[in-house]
Amino acid sequence: MSNPIIQTQVLTKRYDDVTAVDKLNLEIQEGEVFGLLGPNGAGKTTTTLMLLGLTEPTIGTAFIDGHDCARDPLAVKRIVGYLPDSVGFYPELTGRENLRFTGRLNGLEPAICERRINELLERVGMTYAADRKAGTYSRGMKQRLGIADVLMKDPKVIIMDEPTLGIDPEGMRELIALIRELSDKDGRTILISSHQLYQVQQICDRVGIFVKGKLIACGRIEELGRQLQNEGNYILELQTAPADERLRTLLAELPGVRAVTVDKDGGFEVESKQDIRHEITMLLAQNGYTLLQLRQRGGDLDEIYRKYFEKAGEQHEHSDAQKQSGPIRGIFRKKRE
Amino acid sequence: MAALYRKELADHLNSNRYQLLFCLLLLITTASLIGAVSNLRDAVSDSSEFIFLKLFTTSGTSIYSFATFIAFLGPLVGITLGFDAVNNERSLGTLSRLASQPIYRDSIINAKFLAGASAILLLVFTLGLYLCGAGLLLIGIPPSGEEVLRILIFLLLSAVYMSVWLALAIIFSVLTRHAATAALVSLSIWLFLSLFMSLVASGIANALLPVNGIEGVANMIPNYELNLALNCVSPYYLFSEAASTILNPNVRSIGVVTMSSYVGAIAGSLPLSQSLLLIWPHLVVMVALAMAGFAVAYISFMRQEIRA
Repeated sequence: MSNPIIQTQVLTKRYDDVTAVDKLNLEIQEGEVFGLLGPNGAGKTTTTLMLLGLTEPTIGTAFIDGHDCARDPLAVKRIVGYLPDSVGFYPELTGRENLRFTGRLNGLEPAICERRINELLERVGMTYAADRKAGTYSRGMKQRLGIADVLMKDPKVIIMDEPTLGIDPEGMRELIALIRELSDKDGRTILISSHQLYQVQQICDRVGIFVKGKLIACGRIEELGRQLQNEGNYILELQTAPADERLRTLLAELPGVRAVTVDKDGGFEVESKQDIRHEITMLLAQNGYTLLQLRQRGGDLDEIYRKYFEKAGEQHEHSDAQKQSGPIRGIFRKKRE
Repeated sequence: MAALYRKELADHLNSNRYQLLFCLLLLITTASLIGAVSNLRDAVSDSSEFIFLKLFTTSGTSIYSFATFIAFLGPLVGITLGFDAVNNERSLGTLSRLASQPIYRDSIINAKFLAGASAILLLVFTLGLYLCGAGLLLIGIPPSGEEVLRILIFLLLSAVYMSVWLALAIIFSVLTRHAATAALVSLSIWLFLSLFMSLVASGIANALLPVNGIEGVANMIPNYELNLALNCVSPYYLFSEAASTILNPNVRSIGVVTMSSYVGAIAGSLPLSQSLLLIWPHLVVMVALAMAGFAVAYISFMRQEIRA
């Protein structure tokens, strides 16, 4: 059950005086979809490059399926498919020829190669354009062909760098479904690096939040949310009729409430130290207000992300980031159910 | 690697660039042939041996000979085929895809070089055979067996010469980020080595070993030898010397010949084996230059980070 297929130990990459990735310890289980989240320049791409042996780590090691990524990159590349963030194809070759070339580089038998090309083109919905030159493809088409290309070698692990970048919503939906299918149906391990939270939330089993080269949080999305709540960050969204100034004062007087703000729709946002849903409903009932909507924020990745960023900022001021992220990192060692 | 080689070769042969180059060289070959035929009568009047070889070395009144053209334009062929070998993949975004396939990184460079060299070989032999065929029709004198061998060796030499420049261009395509930079750097090295190296070499030799004044007499021979040695860095010089030796059996020696070794020598042409012996060092130096360049390319490419 606990069988990490990707494992890094104190993986560090420095460029001159910038530390792009700082002592990364990460374990990813077989068959899981893992999201590497972080702003631009957080070190996500550098991490993926080190995993593929495309760049050398300054210190530390990375293993994929037991192969050392720096010393034995060929063995790693045999089982890992990589989709770079702006995937390119030879413009003079057709989509099919591009795939065939990848197949040959992987030493596939011609018959198997052709069969797989047809299957994959069908799977990513590119059969109609397979014999057009890749130079004429749109970005979305390239991305889909890119996925077919990654699957040519039948990889155990797929690493995708910003796969959802620059794709229209319809294409995004298909892509997400496809990625989910790759994990659920084929049992492949998938590592996605992205800064687009919604997509990641939809696809990933677990996420790691990356800021300035450090992994500051790692775990299931609900766990991360709960973790924040345990630290006393509750935000309630509230819609009532009527919504007046009197209610605002009443809300602010409730025990544990830190701030009450009015949002643009005329609702309230209540920040509190503990769960005050019960108190609020009682208050509304006693004072004759009608509750239209009540939502506990926090399960939302957006919120988690923002909160962790704030925390990371504070940690940088105190410059003891490691100590503070200790308990959070504990989560990710928990067994998956 | 075989897959990569096949793709690269197909790319070369299908590219407009290669076809343009081919047409250009075909035109130049034709022009040089016409020039050679028109001046062949004068050339034959000096010595009537190895007439067929003279097709390659005789220049017209206003046009260079085939051998001179190859010496001057050969680098252009190599550079044109190689200057964007690696950095073009980088800008297309295909390099990271390629490098994440289970192939060694050096085989990427090797395959690109071999494919380019094959394309060059094809080009050179096509042109050479075209020149022979057309020449045969025009002058009607069949080449002797030795002449055929010499021509083949000359063509091979030309291919090696162009491949040296191909290797150089590939090195710069690894080292630089933009294809244009690689092309400009390669072209400037080409111009420098072809046009100015002889000036620089004699300048250095004269500065170190002056030939005027009292010590001039003693420096005469070392000065010349240093001059030659410096020139040997330039593939252009190496090729020109080797080509004239192999195409002209009357060239008996390269380098310094003293009067004492010349006196009493019987005039005559060298057999093929002796000509080969003379140009052997040139060939080795050219291959060595390409190898040294490759070492640089390997080292930098192996450790390079491949980012999309």
